[in-house]
Order: sequence, then structure tokens, then C-alpha cells
Amino acid sequence: MKTDFLSYLNSSSPRKNYFIFYIIFTPQYTVALKIILDTQKFTVVIERLAHQLIENHGNFKETVVIGIQPRGIFLANRLVPYLEKITKLKIQFGVLDITFYRDDFNTSKELHVPNDTNIDFSIENKKVILVDDVLYTGRTIRSAMDAILDFGRPQKIELVTLVDRRFSRQLPIQADYVGVTVDSMISQKIKVNWQEQVGKDEVILLNKEI
Amino acid sequence: MRLSVKHLLGIKDLTKEDIELIFQTADNFKAVLSRPIKKVPTLRDTTIVNLFYENSTRTRISFELAEKRLGADTINFATSSSSVSKGEGLIDTVNNILSMKVDMVVMRHSASGAPHFLANHIQVPIINAGDGTNEHPTQALLDAYSIREKCQTLRGKKVAIIGDIMHSRVALSNIFCLQKLGAEVLVVGPPTLIPKHIESLGVQVTYDVREALQWCDVANVLRIQLERQNKPLFSSLREYALFYGVNKKLLDSLQKEIIIMHPGPINRGVEIDSDVADGPHSIILNQVENGVAIRMAILYLLAGKTSAE
Repeated sequence: MKTDFLSYLNSSSPRKNYFIFYIIFTPQYTVALKIILDTQKFTVVIERLAHQLIENHGNFKETVVIGIQPRGIFLANRLVPYLEKITKLKIQFGVLDITFYRDDFNTSKELHVPNDTNIDFSIENKKVILVDDVLYTGRTIRSAMDAILDFGRPQKIELVTLVDRRFSRQLPIQADYVGVTVDSMISQKIKVNWQEQVGKDEVILLNKEI
Repeated sequence: MRLSVKHLLGIKDLTKEDIELIFQTADNFKAVLSRPIKKVPTLRDTTIVNLFYENSTRTRISFELAEKRLGADTINFATSSSSVSKGEGLIDTVNNILSMKVDMVVMRHSASGAPHFLANHIQVPIINAGDGTNEHPTQALLDAYSIREKCQTLRGKKVAIIGDIMHSRVALSNIFCLQKLGAEVLVVGPPTLIPKHIESLGVQVTYDVREALQWCDVANVLRIQLERQNKPLFSSLREYALFYGVNKKLLDSLQKEIIIMHPGPINRGVEIDSDVADGPHSIILNQVENGVAIRMAILYLLAGKTSAE
């Protein structure tokens, strides 16, 4: 399989421009990556999500935005300033950590170190927009909804996600606003890279080949 | 990130990184405690027994609240109303409780080393809530956490521990904890209440409370533990109050701000006067408040360990 990739990369196939494979050699397996969103499309998708939010929430008077720690914050930090720029309104924005609400506390091998939660406004009767980067099994969102309900009774909870890995849900949860939908296998991994974190905006699919 | 230990038996076994992890986790729990719903469901499948072989108000209530606010089930056990009065031994009692599927033990015992002994015989995590005159790790952690909250850092801070150093588990745990976090420690009390060779722990010793207060940024005042003193070690409580009691007159004469701490229970008028204990520089009630967050952090960090093995 390895040599196939190498010869493919050396070939002059036009599809090489669409699928770029990085090959990382590790003792166990080879990982190949496919780009789902490149830097340019990434910004377009986020701006589209923002416009969809404006379409549904208008003046954001009764709406608050809540980013889910840790990685939903990156998306929320892009959405909120853009929304404020377009609407010229101050948007109430909080961050929520779901560590204490996880359902795998006694089964997970790793102990999760909590992040900050900071919601310094009331969510009572507000429309809450939850923001996360990837929607996969739905368990994070289940935890987030439980956590949110401990802060009050919102009128409505909506979900924005940059990537929706469809057909992999373990709970009946769907996003209201989706950046890009991906069909992927359980053995594969979606990685969202952020400018702030690794210097480049992109969404890539990690393909584990044994 | 995990703690380097399976049980919390004493501060002596913890690393600086462990203490910082506990503080960082406690910050998050403190935020939970300021919400309208002060409860998270993290430990909803965990059962914890509070074994108190010695009396306690603050520590027991604080542990129980911490457990309940984490969603754990709790059982309370007091020696006086149990089969211990019929002669049942420690290991028997604990094994009987554990066979009813209990996941963690919080224990206070009048014998130093009791939790260490128990740790050799049972598998579940044990949290020491005070063992004899040895250690009281959660108290030291909440003391250090309260100083950190007030002064941002412990590094370079000067802390005087005043009173019955000899019989105090709080003093020993505080010495270990403060030193690991880079603070300087001085102990002060009557010569009969200062253990011999305590300098070997790297603390300074003085017998003059005025000199100690002149030196320190933080004064942690301890109670005289008459229940542990088999023979008289000073003439009278009145004399002790006269020479070692912290009062407003003494503090005013120093013309500096000193943070006043006390682990409780307070004997007002003996080791500390009311106008100091209730004064503007006292953080005694902040200590109690922080105790719940610190204990939640410890329970959280140790409970996750059970399933990992």
C-alpha cells in the first residue's frame, strides 16, 4: 500500500490536486490525510453559518451564544466577532465546560482535566446557540445540554457545528446549522486545525491504514 | 493528567504538580459552587463512606457536601453509634462496608498512621481526613489554596504557624504543603508545644509571638489541643492567652497587614481574640468555603483512578 501512495504522489495524476496525501511513517501504521475544507473554503463556510444564524435570530435580542470547551471555543471565537460586525450588535457569549457532565467518567482511561466555564448572564427563557467543532457520537452535546439546564431553563437550544460526521450518532441528536457533512468510518478521524492553534485553518480526514 | 498517588494519605507523598492540579481543578469546582444549581452529576455512580473515628464538624460536613455536590451517594459513620463500641476492629469494619460495594473511603482516626495501615489492606482510594497528630492533608490544601486566592502565589510568602505545633496534624501538613509551593514557614509556641528537631523539616522556630508576627505575611493560628495532652504542658489557658494569644492590640502595634487564618474550631479568647478572628484581615470563613471546592477536586481526581486499573 505504501509504495502505491508514493508512486501516486510521483505521478502526474490531476486528482493529486484534490487529494493530497501526507504520509507519516510510524512503526505501526501509515496515516494518510484528505483535506475536507481548505483555508479558503473554511472562511466561506464560517461566514455562511453566521449568515444562517442572522437569518434565524435577527437582532439576537433573546439569543445567547455558548461555545463548548475546549474546541468549540475556536469556532465561537470566529462566529461571534463576525456576527457582531455584520449586525453591529453586542452578542452575549459564554463558554461551557462539560467535563463534569460526561457519561464516561468511570469507563474512560484518561481523566479529563476540566476547563473554565464562564456564563455571566442569565439563560432563562433565552435561545441558546451551542457551538462545537465536530458533531460525532452526540454524547458531548448530550452532556452540554445537561450542563446548560443547570444554569436555567432556556426557551430553545440550537446547535451549530463545523463538521457533521453523519451516520455515526449514538444518540438522537442533530445539528441545526452544519458547516460541512462528512461520511466517515469509525476508524477514521476528523481533525479541525485552527489558525490560532497550528497556524492554518483546515479540516482534514485522517485515514488510519493498518 | 492524574495525581501521582492512589490515596490521599498525606501531603508528604504529593508532588508540587499534584498540588497545582488539585488547585486548578478546585478553581473549576469553586465556579460550580457559585451557580444557582451547585451540583454536577460527575460521581453519580460512586458511593463514598465517611468514617469518622474522631469528632468533627467542619471536615465532615465539608466532605459530605463535596460528595453530594458531585452527585455521589454517601454513607456516614460515627464510632459512638456503631459496632466499634462492641469491639469490632478497623479492618473488619471497613471490609464489611466495602463488601456493600462502596467505592471510596474518607477516614478520620485518632491514631496516627491509621489510613496508611488501611491502605495496605484495601483496594479502594482512601482520603485521610486527619490521623492523630500526623497529617490533615485536605486542611493544608485548603489553607494553601486560600492563601493563593488572597495573594495569587505562595512563592516567597512568609507563613507563621502559631500555637500547639506538637499535637497539630494541621501544622505538619501545612509545613509540607507550604514548602512544596515555595513558601517560608516559621513555627511559634511555648517550648513545650514545639516538637524537638522540627528544624530538620526546614522551618524556623521562635518562642516569641511578636517576633513571628513581625516577620510573617500570613499567620495561621492553631487551637490548643487539650484532648491530646496527657500531662500539663503549660500553666493555664489564661497564661497561654496572655503570652501567645493573638489580639488586636498586638496586631495594631505592628502597623502591618497580616492575613489571619485558623483551621477551626476556635477557642475565642485563648489562641485568638474575637476582634481578630472576625476582623477585616481574617480569612477564616473563606477557608471553610474553599474547603468544599478543594475536597470536590480531590474526590474527583481520585475517583477517576478506580476504573483505570
